[in-house]
Amino acid sequence: MFGKLSWSAIPTDQPIPLVAAGIVALGMLGVAGWITRRGWWTLLWTDWITSVDHKKIGVMYVLLGLVMLVRGFIDALMMRTQQAMAAAGAEGFLPPEHFNQIFSAHGTIMIFFVGMTFMVGLMNFVVPLQIGARDMAFPTLNSVSFWLTAAGVLLLNLSLVIGEFARTGWLVYPPLSELAYSPDVGVDYYLWAIQIAGVGTLLSGINLTATILKMRTVGMGYMRMPIFCWTALTANLLIIAAFPILTATLAMLTLDRYLDFHFFTNDLGGNAMMYVNLIWAWGHPEVYILILPAFGIFSEVISTFAGKPIFGYRSMAAAALAICMLSFMVWLHHFFTMGASADVNAFFGVMTMIIAVPTGVKVFNWLWTLYGGTVRFSVPLMWSLGFMVTFIIGGMTGVLLAIPPVDFITHNSLFLVAHFHNVIIGGVIFGAYAGYNYWFPKAFGFTLDERWGRATFWCWLVGFYLAFMPLYLLGLMGATRRMQHYDDPLWQPLMVVALGGAVLICIGIGCTIVQLVVSIRARARRRDPSGDPWNGRSLEWATPSPPPAFNFATPVQVEGRDTFWTAKQAGLPAPGLPEMPAPSPVAVPVRSGTGFCIAFFATGLGFGMVWHIWWMAIAGLLGIVGVALRLAWRTVDDTELGADAVAAAYLARDREVA
Amino acid sequence: MNPSLIGGVLDPRGPVAANEYQILQNATLVMLALIVPIIVLTLVFAWWFRAGNERATRKPDWDYSGPLEVVNWMVPLMIILFLGGMGRVASHALDPAKPLPSDAPPLDIQVVSLDWKWLFIYPDAGVAAVNHLVVPAGRPLRLRLTSGTVMNSFFVPQLGSQIYTMAGMTTTLHLQADRPGVFPGRSFQFSGDGFSDMRFNVDAVTASDYDAWLARTRAAAVGLDAAGYAALARPGTSAPRDYRLAEPHLFRTILAASTAPAPAPASHPTH
Amino acid sequence: MSAVTDDPVQTITRPVPVSQRGPAPTHVVTTYGMWLFLLSDIVMFAAFFAAFVVLRDHTAGGPDGRTLFHRHTVLVETACLLFSSFSCALFGLGVEYRHRLATYAAGAATLALGAAFMVLEVSEFTHMIAIGAGPGRSAFLSGFFALVGLHGIHVACGMLWLLVMLAQVATLGFLPKVARRLQCFALFWHAIDIVWVGVFTVVYLGAFT
Repeated sequence: MFGKLSWSAIPTDQPIPLVAAGIVALGMLGVAGWITRRGWWTLLWTDWITSVDHKKIGVMYVLLGLVMLVRGFIDALMMRTQQAMAAAGAEGFLPPEHFNQIFSAHGTIMIFFVGMTFMVGLMNFVVPLQIGARDMAFPTLNSVSFWLTAAGVLLLNLSLVIGEFARTGWLVYPPLSELAYSPDVGVDYYLWAIQIAGVGTLLSGINLTATILKMRTVGMGYMRMPIFCWTALTANLLIIAAFPILTATLAMLTLDRYLDFHFFTNDLGGNAMMYVNLIWAWGHPEVYILILPAFGIFSEVISTFAGKPIFGYRSMAAAALAICMLSFMVWLHHFFTMGASADVNAFFGVMTMIIAVPTGVKVFNWLWTLYGGTVRFSVPLMWSLGFMVTFIIGGMTGVLLAIPPVDFITHNSLFLVAHFHNVIIGGVIFGAYAGYNYWFPKAFGFTLDERWGRATFWCWLVGFYLAFMPLYLLGLMGATRRMQHYDDPLWQPLMVVALGGAVLICIGIGCTIVQLVVSIRARARRRDPSGDPWNGRSLEWATPSPPPAFNFATPVQVEGRDTFWTAKQAGLPAPGLPEMPAPSPVAVPVRSGTGFCIAFFATGLGFGMVWHIWWMAIAGLLGIVGVALRLAWRTVDDTELGADAVAAAYLARDREVA
Repeated sequence: MNPSLIGGVLDPRGPVAANEYQILQNATLVMLALIVPIIVLTLVFAWWFRAGNERATRKPDWDYSGPLEVVNWMVPLMIILFLGGMGRVASHALDPAKPLPSDAPPLDIQVVSLDWKWLFIYPDAGVAAVNHLVVPAGRPLRLRLTSGTVMNSFFVPQLGSQIYTMAGMTTTLHLQADRPGVFPGRSFQFSGDGFSDMRFNVDAVTASDYDAWLARTRAAAVGLDAAGYAALARPGTSAPRDYRLAEPHLFRTILAASTAPAPAPASHPTH
Repeated sequence: MSAVTDDPVQTITRPVPVSQRGPAPTHVVTTYGMWLFLLSDIVMFAAFFAAFVVLRDHTAGGPDGRTLFHRHTVLVETACLLFSSFSCALFGLGVEYRHRLATYAAGAATLALGAAFMVLEVSEFTHMIAIGAGPGRSAFLSGFFALVGLHGIHVACGMLWLLVMLAQVATLGFLPKVARRLQCFALFWHAIDIVWVGVFTVVYLGAFT
């Protein structure tokens, strides 16, 4: 009746997940209670859960990313503590079975549910505004994408209290992840959570690509859209081209585990090397999917806070496209040590280095954007400067790793771990923070507190270096990754320093939360009525903060780059950017519970598959089909806002933010 | 810090490791020469062109320069081509499958990764060892590696180049220890709950000590045959042990068998 | 480069480039999205094709394609799909001309041909499993069942979609959104036919060379 599920699935013998679950449950109850007290349940359903507005969906993505950042970071703290303790015979506090789940969960959460979620959220919010569009190409699909991602998050976190998570690392390499070596449900949780979230991401990729290519406003040719849109476009093209490979590869592993297939098993002809190739054919484009939007954010921020157009626009666009294409030609550098011939290794080594060229071009262009500008040290700009210094070090170690014989002595060591955290934290996380601080006033109508913003930045910056510079050295000293304990006492001081860095970053995350709370409380004072707190250059700053549901009352006509900036310089309202719009009725997509309901059934499908509760899985699948059919018969897709409503919404700049 | 205290790849003890360390150093210097000025310029520009600085010349519309475009693209390209060329040459010179130049004949050793221990077989010498690799210093080693279980990676940082071990396949690695010493080695590819204990020591000894060890092991030690291997293959760690090789084609047998995996690792309750 | 306008002096009126004409009409956007989805689907098939090719010789002592495949069955299956693409094209014409009878007839024909394909394929699979050549026998067979099976699942989903579309025509008539969806369906159906050409070339014909 309940498949493999029984009461023993709950880890009654492990205090840590139980305490964690208890805290989360209390937190959720607290939030639910607060919503009840304010009478917000209906509002939550009508204005957020069933919203198909790209701005609301973007906000929900970012919120999800922030919550998962805390979750994934707690894993990191536990890992750092374990490694600071478990030297030369000491066992630490996490036995291998748990430590192995923790580092697997850490990687999975940070890549899929923090990095992707943050970037997709920011792209969702910003891109339609920047291209002068009313919404995304497929608003209801957008909601489906978000809620499928949330379903993946739910499934992964359920593994904390019901069953266990994978103990294989975040890419679940076979044969270790096959049934023979991982008979428990952990890998199955991973497979279903990521597959479900992966469908959401793929749909998002299609949505954003169609939006950027087909929904730009009048006059906005390709060479006139902001650089953020270029990097968003290339990132989403990569999603369309790469995520299906992930879907296929995880499906093959699922078939191995569920139906006794032999794609990657040790016996009957399976080939584990093929998994490594396939998964990295997705995995390398994935990291560019993460970093390209961040590059775009930095282009926007540096250009705005230097008061200059981005230097070398054409080069920046070309570099983004080059990175997009080249990212498919380097995947073997993740396994130089798997025994390929020298020619093969050399080819991929050279290709990997070549992809560093367009990245270097971007760095130079940011530099020349600063030159001759009038630089304002806002919080977003500080994150950008932190990025330029930090990312480039990670880039350097990446080029070192791209030399196969150097990789032979550093692969899978803490040197490698330091490298990828260097580029992901220095690039993606710093970019997320820059974008968060930069676009927050647009989303909510008031700015974030600057002092706490700076505190967050400095804690993260110093914390990062303290946490990861020792890891470079440890890697060279012979330390591998994923060690639950080690016997060389000389490594321990470095591990302790790394723990100190992690603690500092933890304080930084704390500052982020404090910043949000403080800013919300002071929102009346921090309100920005102009909609343009930074003296921005692109179209999103021409709307009120927050923008009305339909973004622009009348279509904007664009005649060059940095349209809003040009209009401001000329002192004239540009067509479509008047102070007083001539309002006409506007069609706004109708809200829909489709996304939420599909995700609900998808969770049932996933949970049922994990625990072999076949009726639940089938019910989930049928439910998804049912919800889709219901949507298919919906005859009203838009509601019309009358001219008066449009004028009122557009001009109401002093709305109370709930 | 005293390099010999630090160990690892920073303290190479064989020609492969020494070459790789040299390449690492050279490449690092080249890259530092590129990134240090950029970091400095970033901070200098940001500070010099700050809003409050009245001495700075502002160029608010300057967003293009042909010559600079050339520099932007050429500088990274030149450096990358240089390092890429270096990488290509080095990939061939340090190909793990390429024999090391030497007058001495290579010593054949077969390596099998298990859960969670390393088995070393000396097919010509008729001995085997677990978690303990005795080799003559100054003589090239020709390692052929496979796995009796999941993927692992054989790595002795002070001797250089790691390589994956995979069931049903062989990888080849050539290494050499120049002088006697004890060099730690371990698995560098995560392989399950006992991964942290997959450590072994390489004991590089003089030729005469090596011969003495061979003689002792052949004479006195327990024999390793198929049954003994099956016992070894069960999940668990192991203290270093030496064996007489009772089954000379053991490696081939392991390779062919590569199938039925070991019983599910000693478990943890399904919670 | 001036940021204000690309052409400060416009004495000649050039046609506005397509990229600057503003948002495309809904049916263009919808079918564009469908094309992007199909591209992603083809990438997914490509991964399964790659796996099949890599594992083609890993028969683990079991039967290989030459022993197992029946070329005449494959020929009939191919004919079914190719003719169903033809009927699907007629179906599209019926939609374009808003001709209900033609739409239903061509739709039914497409369904029937799709069903014939599915029956043949399912019987092929059940037969192979019955004689011990199921996906668990070897990596080659895993690759075969996965690739051909994935295609089969696409055909089955297409048939379900077609049924739904016929129901939509019956209940909602030829609304613009229904017509858009029918166009998307047609794209999908033709795409899986093209994938089948790949499948029978690489899998079935490839086994006999």
